[in-house]
Amino acid sequence: MNLIPGAVRRAAIAAVFMTVPVTAFSEQAPSVDYFSLDNGLEVVVIPDRRAPVVTHMLWYKVGSADEDPGKSGIAHFFEHLMFKGTTNHAPGEFSARVAEVGGRENAFTSYDYTAYYQQVAPTELRTMMEFEADRMVNLVLTDEVIGPERDVIIEERNSRVENDPSSLLSEEVSATLYQNHPYRIPVIGWMHEIEQLNREDAIDFYKRYYAPNNAVLVVAGDVDPGEVREMATEIYGKIPRGPKLEERVRPTEPEQNTKRTVQLTDDRVAVPSFSKRWVVPSYRTAEPGEAEALDIFSEVLGGGLRSRIYQELIVKQGIASSAGAFYQGVSLDDTSFGVYGSPRGEATLEQVEKAIDAEIAKIVDEGVTQDEVEKAKKRYLRSMIFARDDQSGMARIYGSALTTGSTVEDVAKWTDRIREVTPEAVQKVAKKYLDDRRSVAGYLLPEEAN
Amino acid sequence: MASIMMKNRQGTSRLTQLCATVLLAVAFVTMPAVLAARAGVDIQEVKSDSGVTAWLVEDYTVPIITVRFAFKGGTTQDPAGKEGIANLMTGLFDEGAGDLDSDAFQQRLDEVGAEMSFSATRDAIYGQMRMLAEERDNAFDLLRLAVNSPRFDQQPVDRIRAQLNTQIQRALRDPNEQGMEKFAKALYGDHPYARRSDGRLESLGSVTPDDLHALHKRIFARSNLHVAVVGAIDAETLKKELDRVFGPLPQDPDLVPIERTQPKLGQVVHHPYNLPQATLQLVYPGLEREDPEFFAAYIMNHVLGGGTFSSRLFNEVREKRGLAYGVGSGLQTSDYSDALVIGTSTRADRAEEALAVMRETISKLAEEGITEDELTTSKTYLIGAYPINNLDSSSAVASTLLELQRDNLGIDYIDRRVGYIEAVTKEQVKAAAQRLLKSEPAILIIGPELKKEE
Repeated sequence: MNLIPGAVRRAAIAAVFMTVPVTAFSEQAPSVDYFSLDNGLEVVVIPDRRAPVVTHMLWYKVGSADEDPGKSGIAHFFEHLMFKGTTNHAPGEFSARVAEVGGRENAFTSYDYTAYYQQVAPTELRTMMEFEADRMVNLVLTDEVIGPERDVIIEERNSRVENDPSSLLSEEVSATLYQNHPYRIPVIGWMHEIEQLNREDAIDFYKRYYAPNNAVLVVAGDVDPGEVREMATEIYGKIPRGPKLEERVRPTEPEQNTKRTVQLTDDRVAVPSFSKRWVVPSYRTAEPGEAEALDIFSEVLGGGLRSRIYQELIVKQGIASSAGAFYQGVSLDDTSFGVYGSPRGEATLEQVEKAIDAEIAKIVDEGVTQDEVEKAKKRYLRSMIFARDDQSGMARIYGSALTTGSTVEDVAKWTDRIREVTPEAVQKVAKKYLDDRRSVAGYLLPEEAN
Repeated sequence: MASIMMKNRQGTSRLTQLCATVLLAVAFVTMPAVLAARAGVDIQEVKSDSGVTAWLVEDYTVPIITVRFAFKGGTTQDPAGKEGIANLMTGLFDEGAGDLDSDAFQQRLDEVGAEMSFSATRDAIYGQMRMLAEERDNAFDLLRLAVNSPRFDQQPVDRIRAQLNTQIQRALRDPNEQGMEKFAKALYGDHPYARRSDGRLESLGSVTPDDLHALHKRIFARSNLHVAVVGAIDAETLKKELDRVFGPLPQDPDLVPIERTQPKLGQVVHHPYNLPQATLQLVYPGLEREDPEFFAAYIMNHVLGGGTFSSRLFNEVREKRGLAYGVGSGLQTSDYSDALVIGTSTRADRAEEALAVMRETISKLAEEGITEDELTTSKTYLIGAYPINNLDSSSAVASTLLELQRDNLGIDYIDRRVGYIEAVTKEQVKAAAQRLLKSEPAILIIGPELKKEE
């Protein structure tokens, strides 16, 4: 998230909520119910009874990284098609019902998961479950609805990517960073493949991945866990278990031995920017403690106003307008760690890059201080208290964890594991993973002035 | 990895985002938590000894406190030649105050664990702080320093200015920003609403620390201040904190009067740029918040392009024809102007078709009004959605309470609102549609030349 050049410095604070995988459960925190139905559907209930609102989210353990070769974008395209009507309900009926009761709804797709949600008054929860359960198995897809919707996602790609040089570059950096793993392919898909997606692709995808035994239901808000259990058993429980799904084993990265650079020059760029990324383990793939250490490392290195990169490049040297670091630990497979920066005034992009490299080298060579680590921990733990103010944010924490190979217990114990991170562990992951000889640097440059 | 795709971006009015940083709302939409009380929100009016009034919602579920406040007088108060100064000022409240220089202040803020931020809109300077209840005393003390004694030291001023300069330089190359700026000038002429809130390189460059102190003194006062507080604090304690933080401010601000203005309609502004996607915006007349027809227009706007997947524009432009990813409309009520703004981004080679479909949808609504069914479902939506959209986290509650005060709507407004909506008839909606949608709009086109541009 932080990669977007021009991201103001305070984005770092918001980013904590986005990137932190799981949450703290201190003594006053709500308890969480977790159980599975006979058909394999996992259910998480997070009571929060402050207001008469409930968040109902259904997560599927399928994302763009599960797509077949040549079908990029189908996971996201299919997510849009889930709004098109079923054997029981006409297209638009579900959305109309949500709107009628003043609810909010949407859906999103990432590399590892696809999720659908509605936020409504508790009295509407049953109806939401009925509609959601219905479209898990009864979707009707015709060419009449597929054509216009494909045009919609082409416009979505235009909005998000083609219209934005930094997004274009970011896609290319990912495609270079991952040499074999499907995280190299953008979630929204490549334009030429999106254009070819059709009804048959959508139906294949639906039959293969949309089943109770491949989904996680998360209900957060003004509900009684016992009642949710009864309701979910009655409504979702009657859907038969789908065929057993294959393990989510994707092609893995070969040993990487090269330093690569990707460069984009565009007329719309006024101020150059730079990013560098490395493949690193995620919470699921890391050795015990490594992912937590990477979280602390990214915070100390470039997580906000007090971070080394911010203080050195922006405050002391005054060479950057923005700069920082990020780590996206919530990921089924190996993920990436990144740094970014953009010059200001007379400074050059090269100076910014060198200064960031120097900060990384300093940590690799000399480590971080106990004080820095403790302050970073305190910030994470605190952000978890703030996170409890956000019912559906909590739902999202659980949904993303459970669809990327973590468990409810992992979530509950995350703060304890963060507390255990030592300065030595931080230096160790920095040294082990941030090897410049297998990094990918991206440069976004203005057209040369003539 | 900014790689989450949303089904829809809610149609927001782009006009207000003229100067916003280009942080695409790519990833997760901020989805709400919920805080409001059961049957409506229990709001207390708290008046401190020094005469500062705040609206308070007490809630101890999570041990945090959120404070949000606004001083009337935003970027419109920028003196000529110093445009961008108010926006620059809002970047400096955590860059040193009282005895603490920039580094010491930020270190202290980090130790206390409070999040503090300021921002400037056209009409007000906003501040917000979120703190852990156990650090209340320390957090309010930092806020007191920031509000009363910002230092505006030369070094941080230069640093934040340099960051803003980079943002201005970026905008100079960004066709969307350029198009929006051109449009704002065409709509508002010499009025301050035509200006970019972050200023120009020259105007920002001329700002001195003395200028900043002068602006701060002019705007930060008690009689143009509104405050909202949510969380783990009681009224008596809050009174003392209000006196501590805001008590020392002068009674009255020294604001330059701003004239009311209306956007100039009936014109087409084209910012040519060869992009795969064109941006279209249509500006129609708006109406004031106090206008007796406000709620009729509000329902009309909801049917036309409000934020659901079932508005007429969403159906016509997106669902039936696949012309765009996002399309929507919104009523804009600023302190000195109002408008109905409709916008979309559509593929360049079908921009003409998209514009025609939008205009046809708008005309049809103006001619025929809405159906009985649309009226009913709009009402249930607008009533049911209020707590979900406005009261869904401490920050949202604080924001809502603050805007209700700024709009002078009264502490019982949330309860009365239901009645206002229920009272609207189909005929009233039609009358509002005719009043607003019959005018020839101002149209912005960013993208390749259309074949015919009316």
